Amino acid sequence: MNSLSCNIAIVGGGTAGLALATELKRLGVEGVTVLERAPEAGGVPRHCGHYPFGLREFKRLFKGPDYARKLVKNARVAGVDIRTDTTVTRLHPNARLSLNTPEGDYELQAQRVVLCTGVRESSRAQRFIGGQRPMGVLATGALQSMVFLNQKRPFRRPVILGTELVSFSAIMTCRHMGMRPQAMLEANSRVTVRQIMRPFPALKGVPIRFNAQNIRIIGDKTVKAVEYGDATGQRHRIEADGVIISGQFRPESALLHASHLAVDAGTGGPSIDQYGRASDPSYFCTGNLLRPVETSSWCWHEAVETAGRIVQDLAAPIGGAESIALCAADPAIKFALPQRLVKSEAPGAMKQMQLRLAQPASGYLSAISGGQTLWGDFIESRPERRILAPLSPLLKPTLTAPVEMRFLGR
Amino acid sequence: MPALPDSSEIFDVVIIGAGVVGCAMARRFALDGARVLVLEKAAEVLDGASKANSAILHTGFDAPPGSVEQKCIADGYREYLEIRESLGLPLLKTGAMVLAWDEAQLAQLLVLVAKAHKNGVADVAMLTRAEILVQEPHLSESVKGGFVVPGEYLIDPWASAHAYILQAMANGAELRRNCEVLSGRFDGVWRLNTSQGAVRAKQVINCAGLYGDVIDQRLLGSSDFKIKPRKGQFVVFDKPASKLARAVILPVPTKTTKGVVIFRTIFGNIAVGPTAEEQESRTDASTEAETLKELRRKGIEMLPGLADYEVTTTYAGLRPATEHHDYQISQRAAQNYITVGGIRSTGLSAALGVARHVAGLNARAGFSGKPLKKPVCPAPDRLSNYHPRDWESAGHGGIICHCELVTKREILAALNGPMPPTTLQGLKRRTRVCMGRCQGFYCTGPLATLTQGRLDPAIGEPDE
Ligand SMILES: Cc1cc2nc3c(=O)[nH]c(=O)nc-3n(C[C@H](O)[C@H](O)[C@H](O)COP(=O)(O)OP(=O)(O)OC[C@H]3O[C@@H](n4cnc5c(N)ncnc54)[C@H](O)[C@@H]3O)c2cc1C
Ligand SMILES: Cc1cc2nc3c(=O)[nH]c(=O)nc-3n(C[C@H](O)[C@H](O)[C@H](O)COP(=O)(O)OP(=O)(O)OC[C@H]3O[C@@H](n4cnc5c(N)ncnc54)[C@H](O)[C@@H]3O)c2cc1C
Repeated sequence: MNSLSCNIAIVGGGTAGLALATELKRLGVEGVTVLERAPEAGGVPRHCGHYPFGLREFKRLFKGPDYARKLVKNARVAGVDIRTDTTVTRLHPNARLSLNTPEGDYELQAQRVVLCTGVRESSRAQRFIGGQRPMGVLATGALQSMVFLNQKRPFRRPVILGTELVSFSAIMTCRHMGMRPQAMLEANSRVTVRQIMRPFPALKGVPIRFNAQNIRIIGDKTVKAVEYGDATGQRHRIEADGVIISGQFRPESALLHASHLAVDAGTGGPSIDQYGRASDPSYFCTGNLLRPVETSSWCWHEAVETAGRIVQDLAAPIGGAESIALCAADPAIKFALPQRLVKSEAPGAMKQMQLRLAQPASGYLSAISGGQTLWGDFIESRPERRILAPLSPLLKPTLTAPVEMRFLGR
Repeated sequence: MPALPDSSEIFDVVIIGAGVVGCAMARRFALDGARVLVLEKAAEVLDGASKANSAILHTGFDAPPGSVEQKCIADGYREYLEIRESLGLPLLKTGAMVLAWDEAQLAQLLVLVAKAHKNGVADVAMLTRAEILVQEPHLSESVKGGFVVPGEYLIDPWASAHAYILQAMANGAELRRNCEVLSGRFDGVWRLNTSQGAVRAKQVINCAGLYGDVIDQRLLGSSDFKIKPRKGQFVVFDKPASKLARAVILPVPTKTTKGVVIFRTIFGNIAVGPTAEEQESRTDASTEAETLKELRRKGIEMLPGLADYEVTTTYAGLRPATEHHDYQISQRAAQNYITVGGIRSTGLSAALGVARHVAGLNARAGFSGKPLKKPVCPAPDRLSNYHPRDWESAGHGGIICHCELVTKREILAALNGPMPPTTLQGLKRRTRVCMGRCQGFYCTGPLATLTQGRLDPAIGEPDE
């Protein structure tokens, strides 16, 4: 086994990893290495062959692949060492990693590790979609990778499951190669994306079927049809030759689950403190690994802020051995981030926590510790929309009981 | 069009069906010196009942004493352990526990232990509730009692069958895929009509699994049994959950089923299943959302920690059960014909034993060759999570499937091997691509390019 070392090892060369690395170099940090398992860096945007990327961070509108190239170029120019075809296979305590490359295995010792492994869509199995198991059942990400990176058309008349933003990317991706989506199936009575997007599929000639329950896939070798029940329980059948299982993102947390780091059940990502550190403080985490799901631009900004905290930590350790938990203590709240508040005076902490509701709702959101209400506000939100709440009222050195986030629906 | 195969040759033995039983049969007869031809109607081997099972190497502790099934399981089990190292096949020595969850089940345990001893599985022993919870600390406290079957192990259900047929082929056997047996007639020699032309054989062995009765009807005009497909659905959990149980967790069986089992897989996951659902269709292995949710619930009831892990995949398999309570192995000596039917829920374990049993029925006289002294051993698929994998040695060309760590070298080796996969399913069984937690999110694109022109149907058509 060969040994390597570097100062900051970044796991994942997508938006977050590359933005973070570039910013670290800009701040004068030496020895910044990005470890990317794909043959090219750039992450998910590499195969999002459509707009809009980059508007907030680069003040220009890019398609995903051009945006990814720009991120890689910026990192290279800044002096980031990008290692592709390099898979991180294990996380060890104190910033040590096991790597696998086509040439062999390595152990890498760093001062700090940053996990930026992103998100993916949940699979058919995770949604318990029944029926037969033909080929041609793909996530949007897999479809995009086929179309934009491999110039392959998996089917011609797919049905799209879901009405999230990414489901609309799926329509655009289909259009790119002349595929004609037959319908979008949505389990709820309204689309998941914001209402302004609602006329979009109709404009593109794709009908949306609401309240679609108990979806079954029909077909032995290839997809022949998709069946579903409507609100009255009546079954319907749509002839199709493919299925796009879109959205319902979850963090790509395989490494985490097999590691010593604590995982949060709500986000499915790492449990972090207000500085973005995992339960082992030599590990920072950023980007969509933190939670499903934000835009690339959000991840970019989050990563740039994380870079500042790492520089801070290298200069004068953030410390904070003592911490209290911050938890979503109500089933109405899907997750709250960060999950821990450490007692530290170090500058650069997150100013806001991020929350999501489990169902569309309006009501009173509050933060309570030991029976004392620290903060509260009326909100109206939906699961796919982020809620931001101030962290400063919760950062009192005197607090000892966990901070519980509660929600009282109207 | 490739030329139709030479129909003038008379094979010593024609085996109909390349499920695990047909594969083991081909190996046995090839090693015994027969000129063997295997006919498989599907595009791939292992496309019937052998496609999906629990992958447990059973001792046969609970088989009906004195049955052919019990004898074949015991023999098959023994032979697997004998040959597995030379064939490079993995084994995970988990042992199993049969657990009682209520008083009625508790009362049955001693009867089952006595049965196991009668079947020659002498190391089966009762466990106290406390012992069970020490050995399996993640089990629900509501367990009442049980016994241990130390010899129940986990194997790779596909690599083992592949190894059998590949060893047969390396020693002279022939395999024709996409070749359905349609009809036949015997006049001292068998003449079979297939979808790829005529074939002649001295001896025919029907290993057609879910179509065993259909083949008997086509070739003999009648069948002694009727296949009653029995579906089993499964829910597979993510790999980190596999730390929740060491042993295979078996329930107290009923008359029709071994019941819902919790078992690790040799690929590193942990699964709950199977159900036992009788149905007409011999092909429809559909899963049902409600059944899958119920399986997950049952799994969590026994192993509460499962609730914290995500599901990796779900699948279903079809058992070739019949109206009888034993395997349906019969010989029509006058017609040089053997039926190997109804190898229902234990065929993976019994396959090598079934092949031995059939070789015993068959007078060896008349084989073209002699038993092989030094049979060739093919290179196996090395997919066990508990043994060294390809990605761990240098020069693998890059990892294509990140969840299962499948390398480019492995995929190319399968595509260019002696029995190249012709479908994505076949490639999955040989390499595990797309079988991990992302179910193809990351690897489908690169895989479409790597397999271009090799699979039918293709993963995608090139966009001109
Ligand atoms: C299908 C899809 C479509 C999307 N469409 C849009 C859109 O149109 N607009 C938008 O703004 N946002 C979109 N997003 C959201 C957002 O763009 C991405 O999630 C964004 O790329 C997040 O950046 P990231 O760095 O967190 O993750 P990613 O870009 O996913 O990068 C993670 C990187 O980590 C690597 N990695 C993972 N594990 C390892 C390991 N063990 N070793 C080494 N490397 C590893 C991966 O290969 C990958 O390159 C989309 C997301 C998805 C999944
Ligand atoms: C849910 C489930 C769980 C199980 N768990 C276990 C376990 O843990 N341990 C264990 O030991 N066993 C287990 N089994 C049992 C085992 O899988 C079966 O006993 C075994 O696969 C039967 O194999 P086979 O070769 O007889 O049949 P098949 O696999 O069905 O093979 C028959 C082959 O014949 C071919 N064929 C059919 N008709 C024709 C024709 N006309 N011409 C040419 N070819 C034809 C078919 O295409 C097929 O490939 C399980 C089974 C199921 C379904």
